[in-house]
Amino acid sequence: MSQVDSTQTAELTQLSLKALQRGIQSSQFSVMEVTAAYLERIARFDAGLKSYITVTEEQARAQAEVIDNQIRAGELKGALAGIPYALKDLFCTDGILTSCASKMLANFVAPYDAHVTSKLKDAGGVLLGKNNMDEFAMGSSNENSAFAPVQNPWNTDYVPGGSSGGGAAAVAARLAPMVLGTDTGGSIRQPASFCGVTGIKPTYGRVSRFGMIAFASSLDQCGPMAVSAEDCAITLNEIAGFDERDSTSAQVDVPDYTANLNDSIDGLKIGLPQEFFAEGLDQQVAAVIERAVKAFEARGAVIKEVTLPNSHLAVPVYYVVAPAECSSNLSRFDGVRFGHRCDNPQDLNDLYERSRWEGFGDEVKRRIMMGTYALSSGYYDAYYLKAQQVRRLIKQDFVDVFNDVDVIMGPSAPTTAFKLGELVDDQLAMYLADIYTIPTSLAGLPGMSFPIGFADNGLPVGMQLIGNYFEEARMLNIAHQYQQQTDWHLQTPAAFA
Amino acid sequence: MAVTEEDVMKVSRLARLAILEENVPVYAAKLSGIVDMVEQLNAVDTTGVEPMSNPLDSVQRLREDVATETDHREHYQACAPEVEKGLYLVPKVLE
Amino acid sequence: MEWETVIGLEIHAQLSTNSKIFSGSSTAYGAEPNTQASLVDLGMPGVLPVLNKQAVKLALRLGLAIDAEIAPQSVFARKNYFYPDLPKGYQISQFELPIVGLGHLDIELENGETKRIGVTRAHLEEDAGKSLHEDFETQTGIDLNRAGTPLLEIVSEPDMRSAKEAVAYVKKLHALVRYLGVCDGNMQEGSFRCDVNVSVRRPGAEFGTRAEIKNLNSFRFIQSAIHCEVDRQIGIIESGGQVVQETRLYDPDKDETRSMRGKEDANDYRYFPDPDLLPVAISAEDLEEARASLPELPDARKQRFMAELGLNADLADDLTNSREVADYFETVAEGCGDTKLAANWVMGGLSALLNKHETDITDAPVSAAMMTGMLVRIKDKTISATAAKEVLEGMWAGDGDADAVIEAKGLKQVTDTGAIEALVDEIIANNPGQVEQYRSGKDKVFGFFVGQTMRASKGKADPAMVNELLKEKLKG
Ligand SMILES: [Mg+2]
Ligand SMILES: [Zn+2]
Repeated sequence: MSQVDSTQTAELTQLSLKALQRGIQSSQFSVMEVTAAYLERIARFDAGLKSYITVTEEQARAQAEVIDNQIRAGELKGALAGIPYALKDLFCTDGILTSCASKMLANFVAPYDAHVTSKLKDAGGVLLGKNNMDEFAMGSSNENSAFAPVQNPWNTDYVPGGSSGGGAAAVAARLAPMVLGTDTGGSIRQPASFCGVTGIKPTYGRVSRFGMIAFASSLDQCGPMAVSAEDCAITLNEIAGFDERDSTSAQVDVPDYTANLNDSIDGLKIGLPQEFFAEGLDQQVAAVIERAVKAFEARGAVIKEVTLPNSHLAVPVYYVVAPAECSSNLSRFDGVRFGHRCDNPQDLNDLYERSRWEGFGDEVKRRIMMGTYALSSGYYDAYYLKAQQVRRLIKQDFVDVFNDVDVIMGPSAPTTAFKLGELVDDQLAMYLADIYTIPTSLAGLPGMSFPIGFADNGLPVGMQLIGNYFEEARMLNIAHQYQQQTDWHLQTPAAFA
Repeated sequence: MAVTEEDVMKVSRLARLAILEENVPVYAAKLSGIVDMVEQLNAVDTTGVEPMSNPLDSVQRLREDVATETDHREHYQACAPEVEKGLYLVPKVLE
Repeated sequence: MEWETVIGLEIHAQLSTNSKIFSGSSTAYGAEPNTQASLVDLGMPGVLPVLNKQAVKLALRLGLAIDAEIAPQSVFARKNYFYPDLPKGYQISQFELPIVGLGHLDIELENGETKRIGVTRAHLEEDAGKSLHEDFETQTGIDLNRAGTPLLEIVSEPDMRSAKEAVAYVKKLHALVRYLGVCDGNMQEGSFRCDVNVSVRRPGAEFGTRAEIKNLNSFRFIQSAIHCEVDRQIGIIESGGQVVQETRLYDPDKDETRSMRGKEDANDYRYFPDPDLLPVAISAEDLEEARASLPELPDARKQRFMAELGLNADLADDLTNSREVADYFETVAEGCGDTKLAANWVMGGLSALLNKHETDITDAPVSAAMMTGMLVRIKDKTISATAAKEVLEGMWAGDGDADAVIEAKGLKQVTDTGAIEALVDEIIANNPGQVEQYRSGKDKVFGFFVGQTMRASKGKADPAMVNELLKEKLKG
């Protein structure tokens, strides 16, 4: 095997997943070479970026060799055969640290593989490592990681967004051609927007949650982030589908997400919710969005203004529902069977209280407390029940709109990425970073973000695309059509060239 | 303030978090901020609206009653803080 | 002044499934610690519950048997609290919408009357693991093999007014769940556990404050626990105090209840619908299927045994307490063609052996077919009732079926008139005193002669023939 030189490394890591697939299958380069190229880039760039918590270098090289042999023997032909990827550090990986970026799980070597972990393993993917994130997926800036904040590759003074910020930054800096993240209130779409990559949160229930450490069970959904919609489609083909281990997994047929990428979008009815363009939206972001909408119009799409009258209630609903579910989901971290245990517990209660206080970070503790409060006796009806009712109103708004349009478009986030530290003391402002993504999450609808340009500060702007239930194929088709005409998604941050 | 310091003490106890006295005011203030924001829901008329606890609005699928699991105690206990004779250990519980 | 006791019961019945309620772990009892605890049972990060179909079916079966409303949609909720045997920090249970709603169970009172006890609800939930306090000095060991075992919690109305009524209700329910195959009813292994809510009041007054006595695992303990709790509460009130609502434990050694204060602090369970589980829908077909799977219920069977088989109420009751006994009896009755003979031998000779050897009828070495074979031999006069006892013991000991035992032990009844006549003559000749008594009108002495003759024949003489001959010859 030939030594991989720097030029070749740079070249290999500039390739899309699709191009890597072609090159590997046609023996242009080996899986080992591709893997080595990514590992080298990670070693070179990630010390500052902190997009990875764990790099599984040895396993990756060993796995690459096995897969090379299998491909050569004709035993492995899948779309992801030999494709390197990384996982948000909340997907369980048997024998590999799965930390949720928390001190609580700083030593947690998972004893099993998540559904998506085994799917990608079976497909012949090569795991490069586990991505940094906001602790237990709670955050919008990645500053809640217990290990280190992630930097935005476009400007390292800025946040990459959250909570899947590590993965988004890794794709943007080409430290992985594809990653899996999770989205509870915008945690794939908002970092994808901040980092200028393409990411999709499928319909709730489309991808099994088994083995994905829960934040808010009725909202969490796994999805890919990559350079292009096409690369996301290839990945989604491998991970979507019913899983009998997840009761909320949908028994709905999985189409080939790559089959209709080239369909025409002529006559496509796009709804623009007026609420997504109201006060609070950054003017430059608005301008970039408008330009992209015009581009769709130019290609035959029909633009309609629509209204989601209850969408302004999504953030308050979310900050009841998500904390309520998380307060219960995180009760299992009690220092008994796994995770952090305090030193010298005096008694059982001391074991619980100190292990949990020491193990969880501030934001996690705040949300546990908020959820405990909302569910506690005397408040349940006023907060939890009320929020669940308003949640239905929010969903109904979307159902109504989808009677008139095919998809909804709008900004993924009200601004471009903000500065590291800028919002850490302003929790409400931080929460508003997800104002446009949360309504979709509450409704369980699929949403995606793809890059459509830059603001004057040089930071990327993402377009959010919201589809009807299980219409991921249509969404990927629309984004792909845009990416066929533009090259925003192919641009790379200069510092990581 | 919507969330009092007593509320913070109470939820910390319920959630088994060893909050220190000096942290209580900070948490009370931050939680109050959230609760104040959440209060806008009170203005919404939700008469007759069915609460939505799951976006799918579908029903539970049932599993066949077959014992499929085998013993993996050693593997599963490898991540445990303290085990002996196959048991997880905690400080003595008084009944 | 008089006090009235008010009792309501919560019974946790472990459902007879092969696997746990939300995981594929075995529910078998007695395995090595934590070897039947899967990722789901351990509450590992990332795992999810999937509901066991059979648990739902068994809940429906019980619901139909107590004539209860079945919810077309029921919902699983999380009951949040921390305890080391509760791995997730919450128990998956049902709260607002249980699968089984209002129903009832009729109990028989001592005076022969029937009393209807309301069943408020029955809901599905998962069991917790076990805390072992003895093995370690300063620590408690946690075994999660039991965690996730399916339970049906059956909650009664506060309709019982005495410990006796409470025990009658528990026994009735215990028999019913076993009958239905819903629960094995093994109280020692904790398959059937009772929590008793007790309060006292002046007759006609509002309900008093209740105490909940947890985890009573025998009928006797239920009775004793209620008695001492009632005494305690009356004592408190009569000395001017107030009963506090709390959870208590019964200590059978000291025969007293004591407070479990540890579990009391802040029990705000923060129930909410489990977002990992969707509502359970029960269709009309599901209900029909469950109805079709119901065996004939004990009360109906008892009525039939009385009306069609002519058994008295007590015997019919005893025979229908357990489905296995009733099945055994019916097989034998049909086989030998004599209902009363079958009833007497099942509840008599066989029952005595079962008790003596602490054996279940399903494990008895004497099968229904063997019992039938023996009764046929009684009917055709091959053996006497006395000899039959020996035959039964022989069969129990493994000496083969009735015919084999009769043959081996030479128990064949003597029906030869001449041989019996010789015995009778001999006895009369040897006991002139008793003959005199009899002839002077003391009829009771007749029994003496029967006994002597039977003994002399080693139990093999046909008693009817002995009677006849004796009567004739004693006339003189
Ligand atoms: Mg109870
Ligand atoms: Zn219970």
